[in-house]
Amino acid sequence: MSDIAKHNMNSENAGMFGVSGTGDTSGYGGLQKRKIQIGSTERPFGGYFDDVVDGLERAYPGFNDAIEQVVVDRGELTLHVRRANLVEVAKFLRDDLKFEMCLGVSGAHYPDEIGRELRALYPLLSLTRNQRIRIEVAAPDNDPHIPSVVEIWAGNNWHERETYDMFGIIFDGHPALTRIFMPDDWSGHPQRKDYPLGGIPVEYKGATVPPPSDRRVYR
Amino acid sequence: MSQTYNSPRETTEGRIYSVTGGDWDDLVTEIGSTQEERVVVNMGPQHPSTHGVLRLILELEGETVTEARCGIGYLHTGIEKNTEYRSWTQGVTFVTRMDYLSPMFNEAAYCLAVEKLLGITDQIPERATLIRVMMMEFNRISSHLVCLGTGGLELGAITPMFFAFREREMILDIFEMASGLRMNTAYIRPGGLANDLPADAIPKIREAVKTIRKNLKDNEKMLVGNSIWMKRTANVAHLDLAGCIALGVTGPVLRATGMPWDLRKTQPYCGYENFEFDVVTADTADAYGRFMIRVYEMEQSLRIIEQVLDRLEPGPVMVGDKKIAWPSQLSLGGDGLGNSLDHIREIMGTSMEALIHHFKLVTEGFRVPAGQVYAAVESPRGELGAHIISDGGTRPYRVHFREPSFNNLQSTAAMCEGSLVADVIAAVASIDPVMGGVDR
Repeated sequence: MSDIAKHNMNSENAGMFGVSGTGDTSGYGGLQKRKIQIGSTERPFGGYFDDVVDGLERAYPGFNDAIEQVVVDRGELTLHVRRANLVEVAKFLRDDLKFEMCLGVSGAHYPDEIGRELRALYPLLSLTRNQRIRIEVAAPDNDPHIPSVVEIWAGNNWHERETYDMFGIIFDGHPALTRIFMPDDWSGHPQRKDYPLGGIPVEYKGATVPPPSDRRVYR
Repeated sequence: MSQTYNSPRETTEGRIYSVTGGDWDDLVTEIGSTQEERVVVNMGPQHPSTHGVLRLILELEGETVTEARCGIGYLHTGIEKNTEYRSWTQGVTFVTRMDYLSPMFNEAAYCLAVEKLLGITDQIPERATLIRVMMMEFNRISSHLVCLGTGGLELGAITPMFFAFREREMILDIFEMASGLRMNTAYIRPGGLANDLPADAIPKIREAVKTIRKNLKDNEKMLVGNSIWMKRTANVAHLDLAGCIALGVTGPVLRATGMPWDLRKTQPYCGYENFEFDVVTADTADAYGRFMIRVYEMEQSLRIIEQVLDRLEPGPVMVGDKKIAWPSQLSLGGDGLGNSLDHIREIMGTSMEALIHHFKLVTEGFRVPAGQVYAAVESPRGELGAHIISDGGTRPYRVHFREPSFNNLQSTAAMCEGSLVADVIAAVASIDPVMGGVDR
């Protein structure tokens, strides 16, 4: 991994162009920007979100154990679900709260959040009630297992294969968890943050343009 | 016996013969009369009727498909990963290349998500939103035309292709007039549009709408109620509402089951609630119904475009916030779209602050507050969702696209198993997958 890529993973922004110390004279170099962690939201959540959360709490006895966090941000509700309870919660969401459709799963990799590096994010859609919510499930890098929801939402089959392929999250219980985009014998999972973008420097009339991942970055 | 074309090999599942050419009789002689015989056929990835580089792995019993599986990934270009190494504005140039038949929708979904992250959804100028809607609807027509044209071609009907591409050409001309590019337009940008329509655009577009409406009738006559076309598509590739919901299938395939689910109506964005149009449905749940939905949806799109043209008022096409708005002014010169010379003269000669601003925004880009959003639009193929995570920096932390083609292609097995090989073509054509979108 290049130094710049390592810089990218820092959770704090400082300076410009990857220069630390006095390399920068613009005045911007002294700026410190901490990344804001979006915390749990307090009730009332607003809109139909209260109905959804209350409904789940009523229907699902293990609510307090399974739901780690309820976040409302930019008009979207995210339920952070403990991975051991994912399938149960999914079943209640589908059957009792009418989230009949799962629009797939997307992954995210946060190498700095030790113990919660890998995330699986499921956007859910209720055709009956015209509602949307999102489930977020975390797994550590050294135990990248999350239960599969293919038996609840069959359409997640390919999406889970994609997320396995790109992030290395192993969806336990998936009927055939194989790579879907990359060749079967590929090693590594391309969309993890520790996987380099790659690319070769391009030379033009004597000057060399480095590949995108090695160019200077503004943080 | 030619050993170059087929060779037996022992596996855990028994002896397997791989055949890639040669004389079938030779193979039959060599196999002799084995007890069990399974024929697995690779259709694609280089097959003209698989809609791009799609590989279908079919297990056949005579002409009947007993199992169907898709092999995808041949067009995987790492667009999602690439966007993590460019500024938020540059991301548009990548995502427009995913589903190359509906670039405007890719751009719109991405930009709506970025604007939601920035919290500027309400500040997008009216004119920009209206032009976005118009471009999306033109794009819906051009995408449906390709579906009908190539779908017909794949099933042996050549004429719809000629008609479809005639009209599509006019729409691509409109894209070229507005953005300088026929495909991969990168016209919709976070905050608004790359540039305004040229001065003489509106009369030209009105003229085009008139011609397209007249010409669409040609294809309608070719396809609606045509008995040969119906023999190939009616009652073929059945997928009912329960199947669609279980498999997450949206778009014309879902509407062909009678479910009037169209995000433009149910969860309006870009002011779609202010337009009059009908959601087209069918109740046949088969390939014919899906094609008919596309035929009639084009008329609805023209209705929306006309309403846009009536409402267009002069005004800005980029958000007013100068910390976000793309600073360059583009104009169409003799050598294509480029920086407006007047604008360059102004920033280079008169205002140092404008020059600094321009430099900062173009090289560094704007910062987007940390968080994650999901923005969905109704693309010609179904729900196209952009799930975007920001860590507060000048580049996206993660961009994921929920591609309707990718999702809907899963239903191939459900539609095809038990049907004839010839119906597989009709099924795939009726899903209308675009492999650039599937593989990203």
